[in-house]
Amino acid sequence: MSTADPYDAIVVGSGAGGGMATWALARAGLRVALVEAGPWYDPADEAQRTQFRYPWESPRRGAGTRLRPFGDFNACIGGWELDGEPFTTADDTDFMWWRARMLGGRTNHWGRISLRFGPLDFKRRDIDGLGDNWPIGYGDLKPWYDKVDKLVGVFGTNEGLPNDPDGFFLPPPKPRLHELYYIRGARRAGIPVYPSRLSILTKRINSERGVCVYCRQCSRACGLHADFSSSTVLIYPAVATGRVDVYSNTMVRKVDTGADGRATGVSCIDRENRRELRLNGRTVVLAASACSSARILLNSISAQHTSGLGNSGGHVGRYLHDSTGASRAAFLPELMDRDVYNEDGVGGMHVYTPWWLEDAQLDFARGYHLEIGGGMNMPSYGFGFAANQYKRFLGERVGGYGNGLRDDVRRFYGSRLSIACRGESVPQYGNYCELDPNVVDEWGIPALRFHYRWTEQEINQARHMQDTMEELLEAAGGVLLGGKPGPERQYGLTRPGEIIHEVGTTRMGDDPATSVTNRFGQLHDADNVFVADAGTFVSQADKNPTWTILALAWRTSEHIVEQMRQRNL
Amino acid sequence: MNKTSRREALKSLLLAPLAAGVASATGCATGGAVNWNELPREYSYGRTEAERQRDRELFAETYFSEHELVTIAVLCDIILPSEHPNGGALDAGLPDFVEFIVKDRESLKLPVRGGIAWLDSYAIGEFGADFANIGEAQRLAICDRIAWPDAEDPALRPGIRFFSLMRDLTLTGYYTTEHGFRDLGYQGNVANVWDGVPEQTLQRHGMRYEPEWLEKCVDQSRRDIIASWDDDMNPTS
Repeated sequence: MSTADPYDAIVVGSGAGGGMATWALARAGLRVALVEAGPWYDPADEAQRTQFRYPWESPRRGAGTRLRPFGDFNACIGGWELDGEPFTTADDTDFMWWRARMLGGRTNHWGRISLRFGPLDFKRRDIDGLGDNWPIGYGDLKPWYDKVDKLVGVFGTNEGLPNDPDGFFLPPPKPRLHELYYIRGARRAGIPVYPSRLSILTKRINSERGVCVYCRQCSRACGLHADFSSSTVLIYPAVATGRVDVYSNTMVRKVDTGADGRATGVSCIDRENRRELRLNGRTVVLAASACSSARILLNSISAQHTSGLGNSGGHVGRYLHDSTGASRAAFLPELMDRDVYNEDGVGGMHVYTPWWLEDAQLDFARGYHLEIGGGMNMPSYGFGFAANQYKRFLGERVGGYGNGLRDDVRRFYGSRLSIACRGESVPQYGNYCELDPNVVDEWGIPALRFHYRWTEQEINQARHMQDTMEELLEAAGGVLLGGKPGPERQYGLTRPGEIIHEVGTTRMGDDPATSVTNRFGQLHDADNVFVADAGTFVSQADKNPTWTILALAWRTSEHIVEQMRQRNL
Repeated sequence: MNKTSRREALKSLLLAPLAAGVASATGCATGGAVNWNELPREYSYGRTEAERQRDRELFAETYFSEHELVTIAVLCDIILPSEHPNGGALDAGLPDFVEFIVKDRESLKLPVRGGIAWLDSYAIGEFGADFANIGEAQRLAICDRIAWPDAEDPALRPGIRFFSLMRDLTLTGYYTTEHGFRDLGYQGNVANVWDGVPEQTLQRHGMRYEPEWLEKCVDQSRRDIIASWDDDMNPTS
């Protein structure tokens, strides 16, 4: 079957990029088809609600499963492995790939950490001679960041930092007790600390969405719509215009092109009844996630695009890169026998440390930021494991049984402080994804094969992270837990893909020979095909990518509208 | 077998003399039957169809024998006794939780089954009957030897590992119920307005908010006023 009248735009994927494109295009009066591989989702729907559940409402008490790896109450439907949708990794390389299958995609469970890239982040090659510069700079994107701040809402503070720009922030929440200990440690260590920047509504931003009620459960998706999810903030309002048709449970196979090499629509499959479906459109906006969009392009082989759509320069899938990560935790004796009160706060940290050593001489390029964790969390599966292990720090015997264990649990409850680092890696041509010639998914679409290795830059950065975390945790009064990972474990460096910030597979640039899209996310090889996810990133700063995806997607959408007005599309 | 008849079976199993093969055992008094609060077998909390299907399969499967389940119950009861105002492991339905969680997390199956077998073997060697069928003082004597990971007897290592696992499962299974929440005094998971650490707690820890930091934080009395800014990014609401 196929639709008769072409849509003005077909948007593939409903996460941050697809949601923004759908909203911006529909708002401009375009007729939009939104194609999402998973089901419709609304956290306010009782049948889908996991927020405010108690652990005993789950038979596994919130433990993760293969179907919900981040926990039984986590909002994200998807995971590291999907039934019927394999991917492979080439010999001696490593990649983890998280895929969401639901309306709103990964915005349903992300950490809401919303950091603008700074001026330096677009021009890293100018600074360290590695990788490439973006074709655009902070000045090009600043107006769009400003608009995103006001539309979506983000709390934070204007600190006048050179590479962590100010914004239109909502006021931040007050730090929790363990965060005050972190602040104390950071002051002692001479390392800066500021209120965090999260897209959670500490104040009302419009009459439709609610205000945060401090349940710490953003990862379960908010029924009050008080945090940013693509579905709640962008897609429902877009659908309310009456100009959007949502095709849920629909997988896009390829972009169809005509004799002139331009796109005519997309071929998809309805996952529920396995029926093929063709949608006609004047433009196609790919926002299926960096790797999924690359996969669709590589699979869009035609007489005009013999190596896949947009791949005449051989760059689709290339420069795949993820954030680096490492973490460490400490026991804070001063937090033993705490006063117990409700300190849930927002779903994430109230304070953080942005990169502070831009001018230092280091044995690695680029920086990282620090995310702070701890506090009196709601018990779920795993709570009470090794319940009195901290007794060894007090010279007491670990183990035992009986009612004394209750005193141990209460005594050590909320006495842990943890840090997670997220850093910038250097994009490599040799790190990439391609179609695996030997493997298809259950829809017959070739699977992706990944090639990815960290370089010395990332490994050295991880060593620096470990030293920093030790210094800070000890300065906060903490007793370090676990061992310090050394070179044999790449200093605790996370695996490629594990931080779920994979970007770069359809990077933008002015030269069609070395990039896939132009500076507006428009394919060099087909002017009515656009990429609105993080595939266009030339480099992924140490900032979480979502805010930049939103700004770029909005900018791309306005470009589409403008080009249509000028009859160029 | 429905739950009631299963319970009856447990009772009779507990009161029965030992299994064949250890006929020389003395068969000590058990102190009566073991009972626990049953946990629900149906849940509804935003599941996909694939998840519902998986949970149906898990609930349909029986992994532990009645003897194993009784031993788990006896052990959980020792780890967190019911003689407490906030209830104990059996009040929190621990045996049902352990049964479910080892089916859900397959890697736990063997450590628990093998651990019980080790415990029975050790109990027979020491006291002539398996763990569920020796006297309370004898059980506690065994627990005293395997409840402390720093114990030096290498022959006890499997028992120590098993006891540590059962302590973990018991505490996690207890503190994720209403009994455990009461015991912990947990106060979260409700809509509220966070406005900082209570003053008396700050004082107790010798902490204070930096005034310039506090100045930037949300004024919760104005949280319902729609946000606005001037052109220089300064909040004006």
